[in-house]
Amino acid sequence: MNTVFRYIIEPGFFGSGPVRIALAVGTVIAVTSAVVGVFTVTRGQSFAGHSLADIATTGGSGAFLIGINQFWGYLAFGAGAAAFMELIGLQRRRGRDVATGVVLGAALGLAALFLYLGTQYSTTTGASFTILFGSMFVLTPSTVPVLIISALLALVTVVVLARVLLLSALSPDLAAARGVPVRAVGAAYLMALAVSVALSAVIIGAVLSTALLIGPAATALRVAKGPVRAAAVAAGIGVAATWLGILLAYDSYYWPPAGRGWPVSFFVVTLITGAYLVSYLRPGGRPVAVPDEPEHACSVALC
Amino acid sequence: MSTELLRLDNVGVRLGGREILRDVSLTIRPGEFTGLIGPNGAGKTTLLRVMLGLQAVTTGAVLIDGEPRAHRDASTGYVPQKLGIEPDTPLRVRDVVSLGVDGHKFGVRLPSRARRELVDDMLTAVGARRFADARIGELSGGEQQRVMIAHALIGRPRLLLLDEPLANLDISGEQGIVSVLARLAKAEGIAVLLSAHDMNPLMPVMDRIAYVAGGRVAVGRTEDVVTTEVLSRLYGQHVDVIRVHGRVLVVAAPEGTDPEHDGAAADASVVG
Repeated sequence: MNTVFRYIIEPGFFGSGPVRIALAVGTVIAVTSAVVGVFTVTRGQSFAGHSLADIATTGGSGAFLIGINQFWGYLAFGAGAAAFMELIGLQRRRGRDVATGVVLGAALGLAALFLYLGTQYSTTTGASFTILFGSMFVLTPSTVPVLIISALLALVTVVVLARVLLLSALSPDLAAARGVPVRAVGAAYLMALAVSVALSAVIIGAVLSTALLIGPAATALRVAKGPVRAAAVAAGIGVAATWLGILLAYDSYYWPPAGRGWPVSFFVVTLITGAYLVSYLRPGGRPVAVPDEPEHACSVALC
Repeated sequence: MSTELLRLDNVGVRLGGREILRDVSLTIRPGEFTGLIGPNGAGKTTLLRVMLGLQAVTTGAVLIDGEPRAHRDASTGYVPQKLGIEPDTPLRVRDVVSLGVDGHKFGVRLPSRARRELVDDMLTAVGARRFADARIGELSGGEQQRVMIAHALIGRPRLLLLDEPLANLDISGEQGIVSVLARLAKAEGIAVLLSAHDMNPLMPVMDRIAYVAGGRVAVGRTEDVVTTEVLSRLYGQHVDVIRVHGRVLVVAAPEGTDPEHDGAAADASVVG
């Protein structure tokens, strides 16, 4: 029994400092991303999330080039892009599509330049890889509180806005007629989204960060009907994928090519994709027709 | 009844230099069922948006209980024409109705038995109880209308505004919604105002009609408003009101027969 257990969880897993940091930070970020993601999918803003991730890549590369922690680069560029997207506006959908497309190309081009220059002037090997695909095992302990506090702020923002966001998703006009500052709420939500994307960029890389945002949420929406349950299922999937990903990455140190270890992001993203595919196998995962009943089915005087 | 709930006083709206509404005055009283009727593009939606406080007026005033309309006005319930949601949106019918109580508020709310029962009552009142646990996005247009009426009613409005609730419904769907609304007006004293491009489904229940054409509105009892004289004046061209088997048709004179033909009303060949 012990041998089997040791085979699954390699000796020293929980004793390793980097593993413990990865588990703690990964959990908080996975929960935040998943809950924010439920609203991203509900509001039809997956593309905005993806755009923020691309622009965060530029920020992370720029931060690497000038020698500061990449999280600040992700955050600054993500938040700036969110503000810009809000400015060009909800009112001109087509203008937004075109502008976003142009800006994204430019952003990734800049990222290529920054990474190239950065690797010329720096001795840090694997920095490009870390920015693009993340690494949970090289988190600096000093940044951990910043990451956790940022994640909690984004999570609290979305939870506080939850009902208003749902009402706005149902009908922006209806929300506005009931006194909801729809525009301001949308802007606040976009900021929480930018923070969430910056955080997942730290752990699974800027390029993959939307996987942690959209994947668990999309899967949850297939299996849960109500908003609270959807958020809980999404968080569960995000956390499970993160923990298993960390475990498998730790174990993979002994896989071929021995002594290297596979990237955590690969495992996390693969597990999330797997969960999404499995949700298609679930019977009744698609809408079921509501059975018809006779016209006078209700008993109250009004009907 | 003499008490007035909502009053529009000489309301005018200009958007981008174009006059959308001109000199609109109308009064809505408790328990009254008003049909806001007119062809597409006549200004019905703008008029509804004015009543909801979503559209500022250029001239005139919107009064509720004799006071200028407040930013957030709890006395008015609104049922939008279409919901902007996908089938997989994680909102059950009961979640949607519950948002009618506090969907505009920040923060979290714990579930309660009282709330659940209130939601069930509202769903029963509109004949939507049987799909309480279905997702809103999976329902048909008519079913969604009923749910949104329950969503509006749970906030205890005194005035219920509905934007084209009969569009995209089949005849039995139309009759279902109309009878639910008529009962609400009569049994609960709620003033109901709904917009529609066809007045016929509303004929049996309408207390008053507000006929919109070319940015102007004629208000009164159906038999007084829907006449060749009144509607011709409103359209600015000659239209004939024809009654066939209890149905009303508003028909424009063929192109070219009227030398003073007003181009703005050219789309009004058959409007009702």
